[in-house]
Amino acid sequence: MSNFSKQKLLSPAELCGFIVLALLLFVVLPLSLDDFRLNLVGKYLSYSFVAMGLVLCWGYGGILSLGQGVFFGIGGYCMAMFLKLEASSPENTAIQSTPGIPDFMDWNQLTELPWFWEPFNSLGLSLIAVVLIPGLFAFLIGLAMFKRRVGGVYFAIITQAVAAILTILIVGSQGMTGGINGITDLRTMLGWDIRTDEAKVILYFVCVTFVFLCLLLCQFVLRSKLGRLLVAVRDTEERVRFSGYNVDNFKIFVFTFAAMLSAIGGAMFTLQVGFMSPSFVGIVPSIEMVIFCAVGGRLSLLGAVYGALAVNFAKTTLSEAIPELWLFALGAMFIAVVSIFPNGLMGLYTAYIAPVVNRTLKPVFAAVKQKLPSKQPVSESTTGAE
Amino acid sequence: MINSLKRSIPSLKSVFTVAVAAFAFSQAAIVNAAPATAEVNTTGLAVTDDTVTVGILHSITGTMAISETGSTQAEKLAIKQINESGGVLGRQIKYIQEDGASDWPTFAEKSRKLLVKDKVAAVMGCWTSASRKAALPVFEQYNGMLFYPTFYEGLEQSPNVVYTGQEATQQIIASIDWVVKTKGVKTFYLLGSDYIWPRTSMKIARKHIAKLGLKVVGEEYYPLGHTQFNSVINKVKLKKPDVIFAAVVGGSNVAFYKQVKAAGIDWRKEKPLMLTISVTEDEVLGIGGENLVGAYSSMKYFQSLTNGNNETFVKAFKEMWGEDSVIGDVTQAAYLGPWIWKYAVEKAGSFDIDKLKLALPGIELTTAPEGYVKVHPNHHLWSKARIGLAREDGQFDVVFESEGLIEPDPFPKGYQ
Repeated sequence: MSNFSKQKLLSPAELCGFIVLALLLFVVLPLSLDDFRLNLVGKYLSYSFVAMGLVLCWGYGGILSLGQGVFFGIGGYCMAMFLKLEASSPENTAIQSTPGIPDFMDWNQLTELPWFWEPFNSLGLSLIAVVLIPGLFAFLIGLAMFKRRVGGVYFAIITQAVAAILTILIVGSQGMTGGINGITDLRTMLGWDIRTDEAKVILYFVCVTFVFLCLLLCQFVLRSKLGRLLVAVRDTEERVRFSGYNVDNFKIFVFTFAAMLSAIGGAMFTLQVGFMSPSFVGIVPSIEMVIFCAVGGRLSLLGAVYGALAVNFAKTTLSEAIPELWLFALGAMFIAVVSIFPNGLMGLYTAYIAPVVNRTLKPVFAAVKQKLPSKQPVSESTTGAE
Repeated sequence: MINSLKRSIPSLKSVFTVAVAAFAFSQAAIVNAAPATAEVNTTGLAVTDDTVTVGILHSITGTMAISETGSTQAEKLAIKQINESGGVLGRQIKYIQEDGASDWPTFAEKSRKLLVKDKVAAVMGCWTSASRKAALPVFEQYNGMLFYPTFYEGLEQSPNVVYTGQEATQQIIASIDWVVKTKGVKTFYLLGSDYIWPRTSMKIARKHIAKLGLKVVGEEYYPLGHTQFNSVINKVKLKKPDVIFAAVVGGSNVAFYKQVKAAGIDWRKEKPLMLTISVTEDEVLGIGGENLVGAYSSMKYFQSLTNGNNETFVKAFKEMWGEDSVIGDVTQAAYLGPWIWKYAVEKAGSFDIDKLKLALPGIELTTAPEGYVKVHPNHHLWSKARIGLAREDGQFDVVFESEGLIEPDPFPKGYQ
């Protein structure tokens, strides 16, 4: 077992998977889709960050969080607050009773910017806040829960409660948050108009780049000793504890890490869609995010990306094709996923397609391996099954 | 023999066909005189020689579906009637329907789809303020035209939107004046759901009440979907206001009126009176007429209006959507959208959005079910205010109608 730490970041099969995804996202989709559809794919991809976080936290760590929308939302709100302040320059808001503050504050009779909005005048601070605030929040929740050994269903329920509380808080303090409408009409980032078609294409590529950076980062975590321990904690927590490890810290870490990933997704979402509202924070969107992960396969990082893409793509196309019935079609799809292939799309892949691919590619790998002095091949089963 | 006969019949037929076609063509040229597509559509909208495509964007699924269905039905009825009367600039209207799914970002996504992919010439859609706020930047960016049917809070005026419902002052000021004048009330209790529309409406109400030198004895807001109103009912009993001025929406409405009835308050008695700005015939379906009877509602339209336009409209609506369908204020406002669009396009002589914007102010509709309406330069409608007294059967008796049309004023001075 000593070769874990010496393992390469990506096994040959995983490398192939990454390359295929990279080709799809960087080349095939941008060439085959028009700007409108490409922007939609960018939006779907911003959910894939959340799904990646869930693969680590739920698939490997065994911690089911039904409140990832909270972190997605906070990340998105941090970005939106910066963009809104830029859109609310005194010139743009001259019609208001108090020019220079966001429009919804003016409607709610606020006459000055609340103190917690001040840092969001700076892009640097906003970007730090995007990752840091959700991270800190998740850390505190994790600290409070895991140190008391709250886990399993109880933890899931508490995350749901947090999602509900945050939604009510945002809706209730509409003078400071925009209430149920959310923060809308975002225009420019440092003077660069994010609404134009070119900007949307650029943001798409930025988003895809971040997807890959985060994928590699997650892969790094999974490959490290930490990743091994997470699986061990998931499977037999007590044994790890008795071996002298502080289990709680690993749990806190992975939960915080997943939260930060979600927050990056939220910020990318705000940039590409142009607004943020409490409808991404609550319980329903949070559960939907778990579904993205489940459909993709909760043990596969690439599956998370495919899951987010597939579910959202189905949502859009079904609702365009059959506006009256699409929810039923979508529901049927989820039932099928859960009952027929519980390990998601990637489970299907490893069960049916991968053997075929392996058989055909084996001679190629063998040939490559003979030329390169390589270590023991990594078996797919370490990441493929529970 | 038979062969030659067969051959001769088609030849006769073809002569006849040509003759008919020629006649029809000349008639078409005289009657329709449809202008060339290149002339009326210089920006690449979905307009062909005989069709024009518009979008319908309401929630078909989700919590708002029950409210938005009426609007969708009214818009489809208007489109059907326009088509039967010859279409717009000689073109039949086709529509693409999309589902906003009670989800604000979906409204933005579908608006973009309708404008960018489908190139629709106009969109009839949105219902809640939140959905409009989400979709608005898309309409401004891609220069589309949205016909928005719901009465709303004002504080907005976009060249890319026509607001066929009332903005807040049109609904509130006349109704408060009425209740003060005819019922002699002195004290008000303001009650609303907690979001931008009730908050803004109550702000206007509060300032107007203060101007009249009267008193607000209580003001409360509850989260959307709130269903426990016992505490506020107790407060009302304690403070004894002359009138409750309410803007409670959605499912909360049902809970509120049922609990009021259970608490023994009867709106038919003189105190407290109920004056609401959020209950139309559609909402009564959920609340139940027996729970609302005696309350006053301030709207611009009631299904029971007795003018000729409305009788024709109600008949046509029921023919298309069933004898049991009810028509609320917003449904009627949604019905106006396609008609206003048609007349504006024909005045402009073009489907181009920029020409449409110039043509819109001053468009009059003499056939509106609510009576006569006219588009103001601020893209809202001049319209009347009316007060309806709720009946047991879910309909309203109109007890008051403002004398003239009320000017729309989305940024009311002195009320902000």
